[in-house]
Amino acid sequence: MKTLADLKKIREKAQEEMKLRGSSVRIKIVVGMGTSGIAMGAREVMKTFLEEISNRNLTDVIVTQTGEKGLSSLEPVVDLIEEDKPKVTYGNMTPDKVKKVVVEHIVNGRIVSDYVVATGN
Amino acid sequence: MSLKRIDLLICCGSGCISAGALKIKERFHAVLSEKGLTNEINIIETGCMGPCDYGPVMVIYPEGIFYKKVTPEDVDEIVAEHFVKGRPVQRLMLQDEDKTIAAHKEVPFYQKQVKVALANCGFIDPESLEEYIATGGYEALGTVLTQMTPQQAIDVVKESGLRGRGGAGFPTHMKWKMVHDRKEDQKYVICNGDEGDPGAFMDRSLLEGDPHRILEGMMLCAYSIGASQGFFYIRAEYPLAIKRIKQAIEQAREVGLMGKNIFGTDFCFEAEVRTGAGAFVCGEEMALIHSIEGERGNPTPKPPYPAVSGLWGKPTVVNNVETLANLPTIFVKGAKWFSTMGTETSKGTKVFALTGDIRNTGLVEVPMGTTLREMIFDVGGGMIGGNEFKAVQLGGPSGGCLTAEHLDVPVDYETLKARGAMMGSGGVIVMDDQKCMVNVAKFFMDFCVDESCGKCSPCRIGLKQMYNILDRITKGEGQEGDIEELQRLGETVAKISLCGLGQTAPNPVLSTIRYFRNEYEAHIKDKACHTKVCRDLFHFKIDKSRCIGCSLCSRKCPANCISGSREDKYTIGQVDCVKCGNCQDVCPVKAIDRIPGIHSDVTAHKEALLKRKARED
Repeated sequence: MKTLADLKKIREKAQEEMKLRGSSVRIKIVVGMGTSGIAMGAREVMKTFLEEISNRNLTDVIVTQTGEKGLSSLEPVVDLIEEDKPKVTYGNMTPDKVKKVVVEHIVNGRIVSDYVVATGN
Repeated sequence: MSLKRIDLLICCGSGCISAGALKIKERFHAVLSEKGLTNEINIIETGCMGPCDYGPVMVIYPEGIFYKKVTPEDVDEIVAEHFVKGRPVQRLMLQDEDKTIAAHKEVPFYQKQVKVALANCGFIDPESLEEYIATGGYEALGTVLTQMTPQQAIDVVKESGLRGRGGAGFPTHMKWKMVHDRKEDQKYVICNGDEGDPGAFMDRSLLEGDPHRILEGMMLCAYSIGASQGFFYIRAEYPLAIKRIKQAIEQAREVGLMGKNIFGTDFCFEAEVRTGAGAFVCGEEMALIHSIEGERGNPTPKPPYPAVSGLWGKPTVVNNVETLANLPTIFVKGAKWFSTMGTETSKGTKVFALTGDIRNTGLVEVPMGTTLREMIFDVGGGMIGGNEFKAVQLGGPSGGCLTAEHLDVPVDYETLKARGAMMGSGGVIVMDDQKCMVNVAKFFMDFCVDESCGKCSPCRIGLKQMYNILDRITKGEGQEGDIEELQRLGETVAKISLCGLGQTAPNPVLSTIRYFRNEYEAHIKDKACHTKVCRDLFHFKIDKSRCIGCSLCSRKCPANCISGSREDKYTIGQVDCVKCGNCQDVCPVKAIDRIPGIHSDVTAHKEALLKRKARED
């Protein structure tokens, strides 16, 4: 390391590793991981989100989880929370649907209305 | 890029480690690999998070959930419920009156705190250089080295108003300037990590929790004064701090943050660690310097000050750990930002180790000028056991005590000094109304007698005499005039001792006399300890109206001095009583009380003995 630019490079890489603890988050993905969610494959859904985000190097997205959301018949259920925007809830998610949501909603900012089961809080 | 979705931060400060944090960490590793979750969850050991009383504690991100008093048995539940199903475990959260506090940032303990020196403590992995850099680490050093002259750097510190955090509060920029202005081929910077006050653990937590910050601070100082060599003087009782600093030095060297031509400039720097061998006096800068030189750790008269003739006769700056810890932030956020916090004369924040009879013991950082009441009741959560606040000892054995009437006093260097206490390094021992102040003064005096290096006679002899008088008083042999004699001795020792140890050692005695003279008088004149702490100045008494005559006390008495029967109830033979307190502990109906003062039987017995001895002579 010889210059401030070198330091900046290391800093940006390290901040990426620490983003779970940071506050520079644009979109939060909340996967419903209650008993019925897990039974319907919520773990696979969450894993696909993590992989897709990693592959696309999306640094401002975090994946987290919550418990039973009540929409048992529509499990696995996923919330996408963007700052200053109404919450979008997707239902009946599968790994393939996840890939589409990542491309359309997270990258291009277009809500995939086919999968949406609820919006707002 | 990682696939991690959870950062699990386990506090591995010394407090939590002794409460079992490492076992919990191992258990997490085991459970996570069992469930195949290892690549989703990051386990990070951090430095002290502060609320040691709740230990072992942990914070789980991204939610920022705070768990307290976790045991290895809780691990399975945390993994199964929280990590897998996303349902945080309620029963491990902090309960505040009737509401459960989930989020780390909502814990009341943190509410009035402002973290500057401790910013990363409990937030990053202290063994990772990358995590320190991620929080803005080494940016200050890079900027200062490439864009400022040493004089400009000193001006920034001057503008910030930073003063030494080791106790005396000497303006940091003045120390630096003196060394900067000396024309010498070799200069040194020393980090004083010989923290020895009973109950103080600020420096230890900083060294353990954020070692790179201290190292960066040291390099900022070195550049400003023109030093190319630094020493960390850390006491041997802090093995983890020593290990982490050594590791930080290694890491910095590997990436070129230490060594030759740092950041492509002419600045070259090397640092090494020296360990203290357990002498309190080595926290005094001259003694510390001699100890590094390989000599006996004794203070020598000042002047010459270390700035003129320090380590191996070269100009030297000795800065406290916390002073150095503030520097990187001052340079990144600017002197103006720093000086907006605090009071007229004391700028910035101060780290305190809060201990004693309060609910939230631990490590806190508050802006200068925060009142004692805010610190003890808001941050500290108030007294435990429903007892009343009585006094607070600030600054350890060199400091003084303050009382309830001083609770609204703002904490800064000048205000405390004017009231007979001092900032010291930041140890805060809170005492409730069950504490005997004479006994407290005796405790600190005992410590200082032990730790006096013996070089100068006022400290070596004077302190011992003061201790003897205090010992007599607590044993019921106090005499008229003892208080005056203590004051005379104390003032003399303070005035003519060679170093800071002797100059400040009488403070606890003088300040307790100042605020609790009535307790001294009760001990001396009435031979009574009203807090029932001094063993020779209270006695046990069985209240016959409450005694049920069960004989338990009599059977448990090691001196066999309790007699009686079911009908007559029981009585303690006062002359033979050794005051072990067994009877009081075992009594099923709590019929035994501690009564202040010596029992008349004992006094009569003593007089009879004296008379017989006189006759025999």
